[in-house]
Amino acid sequence: MSVNDIQEEIIEEFSQFDDWMDKYNLLIDLGKNLPAIDPKHKTRDYLIEGCQSKVWLYPDYDGVNVNFTADSDAIITKGIIALLLRVLSGRAPKEIISSDLYFIDRIGLRQNLSPTRSNGLLAMVRQIKLYAIAIDAKR
Amino acid sequence: MKSISDIRADFPVLNRTVYNRKLVYLDNGATTQKPQCVIDAVSEVYESYNSNIHRGVHALSDIASEAYEESREKVRAFINAGEKHEIIFTSGATGSINAVAFSFGERYLGPGDEVIISTLEHHANIVPWQMTCERKGASLKVIPVNDDGEIIFSEYLKLISPKTKIVAVTHASNALGSILPVKDIIDAAHEAGIPVLVDGAQAVQHGVVDVSSLGCDFYVFSGHKVYGPTGIGVLYGKEKWLSEMPPYQGGGDMVESVTFEKTTYNSLPFKFEAGTTNFAGAVGMARAFDYLSELGREEIAERERELLSYATEKLSAIPGLKIYGNAPDKISIISFTLSDIHQYDAGMVLDKMGIAVRTGTHCAEPVMDRYGIEGTIRASICFYNTREEIDLLCEGIEKVKLMLGSK
Repeated sequence: MSVNDIQEEIIEEFSQFDDWMDKYNLLIDLGKNLPAIDPKHKTRDYLIEGCQSKVWLYPDYDGVNVNFTADSDAIITKGIIALLLRVLSGRAPKEIISSDLYFIDRIGLRQNLSPTRSNGLLAMVRQIKLYAIAIDAKR
Repeated sequence: MKSISDIRADFPVLNRTVYNRKLVYLDNGATTQKPQCVIDAVSEVYESYNSNIHRGVHALSDIASEAYEESREKVRAFINAGEKHEIIFTSGATGSINAVAFSFGERYLGPGDEVIISTLEHHANIVPWQMTCERKGASLKVIPVNDDGEIIFSEYLKLISPKTKIVAVTHASNALGSILPVKDIIDAAHEAGIPVLVDGAQAVQHGVVDVSSLGCDFYVFSGHKVYGPTGIGVLYGKEKWLSEMPPYQGGGDMVESVTFEKTTYNSLPFKFEAGTTNFAGAVGMARAFDYLSELGREEIAERERELLSYATEKLSAIPGLKIYGNAPDKISIISFTLSDIHQYDAGMVLDKMGIAVRTGTHCAEPVMDRYGIEGTIRASICFYNTREEIDLLCEGIEKVKLMLGSK
C-alpha cells in the first residue's frame, strides 16, 4: 500500500469517533501495542527531546527499506508515533522523503505536531526524513 | 466583595466553551484573563487618543503622555514605592530581570564575584544572571530547598560572603507555590550591604506587596499575570541603584543630548525606557490595578487562600496523587503528579474536558531536578475560580486515571 493509501485508512478508522475521549482511548491502545524499541537503542544518541515528552527513534536500513522503531515516555505521544510509523516505516528512502503527511491534520491531531506543542513529534517527523535523506545520499 | 457570578461576568473569556464544554481555566500562573474594563481601557487608547508619548507638541500626545505618567503613578501606589521615577516600564518580568542583570552586572560585577539565587527560580531569574556571570567572570550560588519546597535559610546565610554582589530571589515559586521569606532574606543581605532583587511575577496578583516595607532594592513583575495586557511589565528600583547603573538599551527618549562624539542620558525613569514603550499596555495594566483595588486586595488574598485549602484537601484525597510543594505559606498553586501517568498525557485528556492546566517543568527545571521528577501537572487558581471548578478538576483527574492508569 502507498503512503497515501495508509493515510486514508487511518482517516477512515478515526472517522467513526465523534468523542475526543474515544480517539484518545484508541491512541492509548495503539501506544500500548507499539512494538518495543531495543533497549540498547533507547539512548541519548536516539533521543529527541521535547519539553513536554521525550521520543526515541531508531532507523534500521535493510538495503531496500528503512525500518523504524520508536518509543516515548508519554502514552498518547506513543500512540501518535504508532500511526506515524504505520505510514512511514518499512519504506524506501525516496518514498519517505517525498511523502506528504496530511492524516494528522485530518484526524484532528494537528495541535500535537505544531511547533508550539513541543512533545518531540514534529522533530521526530523531521528526523525520519533526515535519516531517509542521509541513507539515500549514501547509496 | 462582589458576588462570584458578578466577578466572572467581568471576564469575557471565562464565559466561553472549549470542545463544547464549559471552560475551566486553571492556568492563571501562566497568564490571567482580563476583565472587560482592562480590554476597554486598551481599546480606548487606540480609539480616542493614540499618539506617541513625550514627543508631540499636539493635543493627543499630551493626553497619551499624561495617561502614561498617570499609570506610572498607579504602579507606584500599587506596590507602595517611594518615588514615581523609581518605576520603569519594561516588556515584562523577564525584561526587567534582564535589564537589572545587564546594567547592575555592568556596573558592579567583576571576576570572582558572586550572585545568590535560589533553587526555586523560574528560568527568567537564572539565565540572565548566568549570562552576566559569564561575561563578567562571576559565579552563581544557589540556596537549596527542603522536601516541602521551602528554602533552607541557614544555608542562605552561609552563602553570603564579601564576594556576594547581589541576591536575586523569587517572591513565590511558580512551580511549587511556596512563598519565600523575602523580608528575612532582604534583611540578612542588607546587614552585609548587599542589594536584593525580588521576582514578584507570582506574588503581586495574590495579595498586597509593599516594596517600601520589604526594603528590596529591585522588584519586578509582569502586567499579564496581574489581569493586565501582555507585553508590559514593571521594574521597580531604588533611585540610588538606578541612577548609578548604565542604561541597557539606547535609543529615543532615553537621551538628554546626542552628538556623534558623546551622548548624555536622560534622567530617571526615562534613562531606562529607550524607544516607544508599550504605553497602551501601561494604561491597561494600571486599569487592572484599579479593578483589583475595587475588589479589595486583602479580600482577593483571602478568597484565594480559601480556594487553595479546598483544592489541597480535595486533591490530597485522590489515591496516587502526590502534591509537590507543601510549604505552610503558599500562593494558590498546586503542583502534582499522578503515580504512573505522564503529566503530558494527563494534560491532554484534561484539555479535552475543557480543563486548562499547565504540564511539564514550568520553566523551572532545577526544581524538577531537585525532586527527581520530569515534570508536574500544575493547577494555578485565582479569585475568579470556584469550588465547582475544583470539583470538575477532581472529576477530570479520576477520568484521567481510568483512561491512563497502569499502562
